[in-house]
Amino acid sequence: MKFRALLALLASASLMAGCAATAADTKSASAAAPAKSSQLSRTAFPSTYKAYPSVPTAVTGVTVFDGEGGRIDNGTVFMAGGKIISVGGSDTAIPADATTVDGSGKYITPGIIDVHSHLGDYPTPSVSAHSDGNEATSPVTAEVWAEHSVWPQDPGFSRAMANGGITALQILPGSANLFGGRSVTLKNVPARTVQAMKFPGAPYGMKMACGENPKRVYGGRNRMPSTRMGSVALNRQTWIDAQEYRSKKNGAKPPKRDLGKETLAGVLDGEILVHNHCYRADELNQIIDMSKEFGYKVTAFHHAVEAYKIADILAKEEICSAIWADWWGFKMEAYDAIPENAALLQKAGACVIIHSDDENQIQRLNQEAAKALADGRAMGIEISDAQAIRWITLNPAKAMGIDAMTGSLKSGKMADLVLWNGNPLSVYSRPEKVWIDGALLFDSGDPSRRPVSDFELGQPGEGDVK
Amino acid sequence: MKRFALLLASAAALIAAPLAAQPIAITGGKVVIGDGSAPIEGGTVVINNDRVVAAGANVPIPFDAQRIDATGKWVTPGIFAGFSRVGLVEVGAVSQTNDMNASGSPFSAALDVQYAINPFASPVAVNRAAGVTRAVVSPSTARSIFGGYGAVVDLGQDEHPITRARAFQFVELGETGHSRAGGSRAASHIHFRALLNEARTYARNPGQFDSDLLKASDAKALLPVINGSTKLLVHVESANDILKVLDLRKDFPALKLVLVGANEGWRVANHIAAARVPVLASALSDLPYGFEDLSATQSNIGRMKDAGVKVAIGMINDRDAHQLRYSVQYAGNLVALNKVPRATGLTWDEAFAAISSVPAEIMDMGGQLGSLKAGRQADVVIWTGDPLELSTQVEKVIIDGVDQSLSNRQMRLRDRYSNPAPGALPKAYDR
Repeated sequence: MKFRALLALLASASLMAGCAATAADTKSASAAAPAKSSQLSRTAFPSTYKAYPSVPTAVTGVTVFDGEGGRIDNGTVFMAGGKIISVGGSDTAIPADATTVDGSGKYITPGIIDVHSHLGDYPTPSVSAHSDGNEATSPVTAEVWAEHSVWPQDPGFSRAMANGGITALQILPGSANLFGGRSVTLKNVPARTVQAMKFPGAPYGMKMACGENPKRVYGGRNRMPSTRMGSVALNRQTWIDAQEYRSKKNGAKPPKRDLGKETLAGVLDGEILVHNHCYRADELNQIIDMSKEFGYKVTAFHHAVEAYKIADILAKEEICSAIWADWWGFKMEAYDAIPENAALLQKAGACVIIHSDDENQIQRLNQEAAKALADGRAMGIEISDAQAIRWITLNPAKAMGIDAMTGSLKSGKMADLVLWNGNPLSVYSRPEKVWIDGALLFDSGDPSRRPVSDFELGQPGEGDVK
Repeated sequence: MKRFALLLASAAALIAAPLAAQPIAITGGKVVIGDGSAPIEGGTVVINNDRVVAAGANVPIPFDAQRIDATGKWVTPGIFAGFSRVGLVEVGAVSQTNDMNASGSPFSAALDVQYAINPFASPVAVNRAAGVTRAVVSPSTARSIFGGYGAVVDLGQDEHPITRARAFQFVELGETGHSRAGGSRAASHIHFRALLNEARTYARNPGQFDSDLLKASDAKALLPVINGSTKLLVHVESANDILKVLDLRKDFPALKLVLVGANEGWRVANHIAAARVPVLASALSDLPYGFEDLSATQSNIGRMKDAGVKVAIGMINDRDAHQLRYSVQYAGNLVALNKVPRATGLTWDEAFAAISSVPAEIMDMGGQLGSLKAGRQADVVIWTGDPLELSTQVEKVIIDGVDQSLSNRQMRLRDRYSNPAPGALPKAYDR
């Protein structure tokens, strides 16, 4: 219990820095005032997640990508009590009573982490009754929390585990609004309630969006914002109001609770991480200036298809770019996307995250990272396989503020692991086993270790390999 | 001056002409014929003008051939995208550049994509550079279950993209058909039957045609569907919708059906096989996107193939205007399934055929396209390695015997920003 509290504290210390690929974690932390956002908001809807039982297990003879850019050939990973105990070469000590998994010819990585998912809030089946991702009734809805929309029975969660090795993910509100609301970070463990999936100790995120989506949604109703300048104006006014609320909250006569402003004050306090949907380089730069005006930090720009145009600036500001490998052309602000985006960011020393925003590609983030890696190498940028794995493990963990607990294979971290039946950067490889907190929750060879959501129970194809 | 211009013009003509005043021999590579046969180490591909002369081991090389050394490389037919919307869209959400359907048009079946396909659109160049050389291009639907005529195209850098115009008619008969027809599958099926019957009425006396349901142009467009001279590509996903489509031939025996999508095809694969109806299937759909996809699985294609269905990879509604390059990744994923217990994939050879010869055969063009067999159009790609693997790059693309530029605006942007900070002049001068 004490250990967990410590981890949570560590996580909140590192969260403000975003996830610059260089390790200078707290250098750019925003000047967080001692003031805290409402205690009520921080303790409401608490996580009830409990790790499932595990047995001490060693994977031997395996190629290890540790998530931090390291690689060990013929390695050993030993886990017990839900934690990673040791990671090393073939001489790593293993207790005699440990279950041993022969990993020869196989690869092991940290659990894959998706920083941008709508599983649960835009679940399948994608019927209108399930459309719970955008509270598109006002451009400023900082008061909504994605977790109140997440349907734990979304079959997408189990697909992401079985085919993609996803062990943790951030569920975001959609991008219709400038301020979309709070995100929720989940353990990818099936549960009856979303609280039982909530990642213990994970900080909240807040979704913001710039560009085409908000102005399309609200401009179409003759409401503000109908332009990019309208978006920035409304953003700034909202921050001004949040600043006022924050200072009054800490004064002699605190104002009545305001859910939206609690979240915004949490951002200004550095407790809540900003995840900003934004495509164009010029707009990314506008957002950076706005964050400086109000003294908060953007943790990650999501989608950021033009991040490569300002890779130097993003490296300097230590803001992550959470991007697709190669999506492009679906709208005007995605027109200049290029498949070398990730590699060019990496080359500039900026933080790269490969994300999905998609119920299909979350099942193969490893392949998306592999494509982005290959396109970089084709233009002569040298990036190791192990570094590309970091794009889908430690870097998203940092951007979600959970890197002290998961995201790499380090002693003491949660035993969130994927054993792959080949190199995860090959199209021919798939997860063979997935452990979350040491519990074996997927085994491709054991049909009883394949989760089936309530929705799929009793339906044609129930329990199929999918 | 005039003479100089003439000289320039003829020089330009020479550049634009097929590579070959002389034959070309691509030697030393791992040659994939594309017909489902195993790759041939150290094979040779000989092309002359716009055709494949021969490909395989021990192929004689004409004495005057230009040689291209492909040692250590793979040489394959170009990728044939089995179902796409390439060339119909530049930017998806910019409606002026999106010609997939026409929600404001009174026409339906008569809409013909050949007039909309833009060979100069950037998705054509981007996917060409990824090794895609041919594609089935289909309209989507707006106000009717019928979308109009689709085409088979090449992705060459010339002004003639159409390989076969009016190659098929497209119709929606699943959940989308339900919606287009007014809100039920009963409506979409009566709509289908009524429109085809109206077309027969039109055929009997075109001059007197007067229908509340159908414009004369649309009626005329449906006639070749009824008599089977034009294929009918039918988008359906669910097992039951597939069975109901197969039943259409009870009323319209000449229909030449091709199923598109067919996420639940595996459940009724024996019926599809018995009906000899081929499928352009989505490879990696594995979620219940709608209730028509409840049993979707990545094993769908493998299971249908095992049941004797002729099945190729298509990409309906899956980034089908911009990302035809996903076809190779999808094919590779079907090979990956062979290592997953209880899953059914394709062998490597079958998987490559599913993105080359099989889609060509499904369009009845296997004699001209989709493989490196003698006499086929010379669509050839040289790859740095296994074309289905994610690390592999395209080195050369030849379409109809013509060496293609691999440049596109994505590459130009990449090069401009390989160092993002401006130099002595702004980035706008960097080209």
